[in-house]
Amino acid sequence: MTIILNNRTESFDANQLTINQILKVKNFTFKMLVVKVNGELVRRRDFDNVIVKDGDDVMILHLITGG
Amino acid sequence: MTLPEQISNYLKQFTVGIAGCGGLGSNCAVALARVGVGKLIIADYDIVTEQNLNRQYYFHDQIGRLKVHALSENIKRINSSVIVKSFDMKLCVSDIIELYSGCNVIVEAFDKAEMKQMIIETVLTKMNGKSLVVGVGMAGWGNSISISTRRSENLIICGDEVSEVSETLPVLAPRVGMVANMQANEVLDILLKDFKPEN
Repeated sequence: MTIILNNRTESFDANQLTINQILKVKNFTFKMLVVKVNGELVRRRDFDNVIVKDGDDVMILHLITGG
Repeated sequence: MTLPEQISNYLKQFTVGIAGCGGLGSNCAVALARVGVGKLIIADYDIVTEQNLNRQYYFHDQIGRLKVHALSENIKRINSSVIVKSFDMKLCVSDIIELYSGCNVIVEAFDKAEMKQMIIETVLTKMNGKSLVVGVGMAGWGNSISISTRRSENLIICGDEVSEVSETLPVLAPRVGMVANMQANEVLDILLKDFKPEN
């Protein structure tokens, strides 16, 4: 599948993936995250349930301390 | 009226919420006050320390004072027509909704990652399309070009998204000032969307 990940086109071998699977494939190991799929916020408790499909727009923001 | 005067006049009608008055919040508030945003709602629970002065918009004679009071005073000295509402408190979900629901734009200016996450989740799920400008990643020095901005609907992200503060990577005035001013710049872009200069 091909999705938009953080405003960039990215292709994955699988036809669909959960948020947790995308985090694993991308090697995103961050603790504090905000994830949106097609404009909707996805809570951490739903990272195994929400399915990302071809054409979806995914935003993954890694929150880090400092300010 | 000159163009800067017209802009300042136009900006009087708007209210901007600033959550946190550290390196991001104090510098962003000052930029917004200078251009003439009508009302700023600032919140923080901390006091000014000597260690803050390497990056935050406070003065040596303000050490020991509440940041919200010191910042309010500094804003007034720059532009006395700005209305500043200051709240000496550690913000939680319900405070954010209560304090900032009347704002045109909200600026996230917290220090801790978990507070950043909390305000983003609150605004995205409970505040119905309100614009939120966040600052993520600005520790260290150099590498100016890594700092950028990106948008995801009503969430605007400023920073390099990777440089976390640590023992070996402090937050210093130049890069936190860049991100704070970038946040102010994104706020202006939203507020001036329908601005039409007069001849």
